[in-house]
Amino acid sequence: MKKDQLDVPAAPRPSQGRRAFLAQGAAIATGAASAGLTANAGAQTLAGQPWERAYGAPFDGYGQPSRFEQPVMRHYLKPYGDLAPGTGAALAPIERLEGIITPSGLHSNRSHSGVPDIDPKLHELLIHGLVARPLTFSMDALLSYPMTTRIHFVECSGNSNRALAPQPLQIPAGAIHGNMSCSEWTGIPLRTLLEEAGVKPEAKWLLAEGADSAHMSRSVPLEKALDDAMIALYQNGERLRPEQGYPVRLLLPGWEGNMNVKWLRRLKATSEPTQTKDETSKYTDLRKDGRAMQFTYEMGVKSVITKPSSTMTLPRHGLYEITGLAWTGAGRIRRVEVSTDGGATWKDAALTGEERPKAFARFRLPWRWTGGEALLQSRATDEKGNVQPARKDWIALWSPGNIYHNNSIVSWSVAADGSVKNVYA
Amino acid sequence: MYTRDHVVACIGAVILAACATQTGPAGPDLGRAASAEEIAARDISIPPSGAGLPAGAGTARQGAAVYAAKCVSCHGDKGAGKPADPLAGGIGTLATAKPVRTVGSYWPHATTLFDYVRRAMPLREPLSLTNDEVYAVSAYVLWLNGIVREDERMDAKTLPLVKMPNRDGFVDEWSKR
Repeated sequence: MKKDQLDVPAAPRPSQGRRAFLAQGAAIATGAASAGLTANAGAQTLAGQPWERAYGAPFDGYGQPSRFEQPVMRHYLKPYGDLAPGTGAALAPIERLEGIITPSGLHSNRSHSGVPDIDPKLHELLIHGLVARPLTFSMDALLSYPMTTRIHFVECSGNSNRALAPQPLQIPAGAIHGNMSCSEWTGIPLRTLLEEAGVKPEAKWLLAEGADSAHMSRSVPLEKALDDAMIALYQNGERLRPEQGYPVRLLLPGWEGNMNVKWLRRLKATSEPTQTKDETSKYTDLRKDGRAMQFTYEMGVKSVITKPSSTMTLPRHGLYEITGLAWTGAGRIRRVEVSTDGGATWKDAALTGEERPKAFARFRLPWRWTGGEALLQSRATDEKGNVQPARKDWIALWSPGNIYHNNSIVSWSVAADGSVKNVYA
Repeated sequence: MYTRDHVVACIGAVILAACATQTGPAGPDLGRAASAEEIAARDISIPPSGAGLPAGAGTARQGAAVYAAKCVSCHGDKGAGKPADPLAGGIGTLATAKPVRTVGSYWPHATTLFDYVRRAMPLREPLSLTNDEVYAVSAYVLWLNGIVREDERMDAKTLPLVKMPNRDGFVDEWSKR
């Protein structure tokens, strides 16, 4: 293999790292030789790190990230502090992740009264209300159903609320915009269970309720429940994590995260919405005229550059890759444009994963940084023609008190010294 | 699951091929019939009609003691808030540059207050209040906002009739789409 093929232009100082690797290996080899180990006179003097000369660790029942990657952790958002340490959100560190699947252990999660410790043998899902046959399902029963597998994002309606702070917060991208994640979900089409219960014609809504100590509840239009709603049991191939709703959650692809009720214990068919706390007092969008929009379910078309992003520093001049995530509750991402000059000019980025509806797409664009100031932005367009709005246009629509459904364009500035900052542009 | 009606309908149509393609209930039908008692024990949601509100009653005067014992440490004196959300005040601020959203200024239905207090409060002891206490503390929060009188009895009949100041402040975006 030629040396050039080992060097990846977009990575910081790759050739230097490789030289260091070789030099260190040579030093070890030299050291062994100079120790005068005559018995090993024939030992290999080829380059090799210590781990190449030691037998590795035994098998591991449940694998963990490399110990060198331990700092990759979720960002906490705890509005009530230690008073309610499980109330708020843990946001995905999107600035440290790649691809379109969020690892289960780093998936964002929002909870209102902490994460319950549910024994699946004691947990049941009740379907009742305006149905012909009220039914209760054990977890063993649900696990016996034919299932479907799909990749979908889940985004909290309040994601990016920190991008509405009076001054731009100089914190990582995930701490601002990471209240969303994307997983492969496996479970039962909700329609299957509703057909077994026999939903009556007068039923138009489902009250979905969790078994957490907040008994978090939302009204779901029956139309969505019969469309692509899933009773999710698995995430990324394994049973749901507790913070994702173990042993069973509702998945409403593309709709605000709060409605994807975790720890699902009850579905009640009703003729009207129940007007729960989380669809009146919260998750309603206050307009400037003092009226609030209610039942705004679909998450808008959105994108964010994850690298380079806020708090990072570009270590050198040269070729970089601008990359990030795009998604829309309306279906598929059709296009992501990237600007390095604050929106004066745009270039189309390459997409990965755009064939899946209501899932993350990864975008990429090569960019040569020559040391000047830059203003990085991304702008997504979905298959319905929805275009991610400019920040000032989005803000103009809402009361200063509204924190929901902020899908406006995110801006990162690059200074001459390479420092990347969160800015409002 | 193919019900008897479904089979009869197909035979009645005398198009057997249609039976094979017709989309009917496809699940293995592993649910267990839920009894009325089981349902009643779990059905805690209260819609604006008040359907499902339990027996019991309370006034703001009675609720003051519940609030002092169970709520004030998080929601503050007279529902002023801090560290948790404010419960009172803010009426008339929603269209201003500094909207204050409380039960009084923002919540459209009084039934939601009973529902949420019963299902989720106090934060560390949910489901610990009696129905009388939930009615009473709901009455107290409504009284703090000037919505009910101090001795007005809140129960399954009266609570749904309470007209919240912001009852008409919401636009149903789903139904109007």
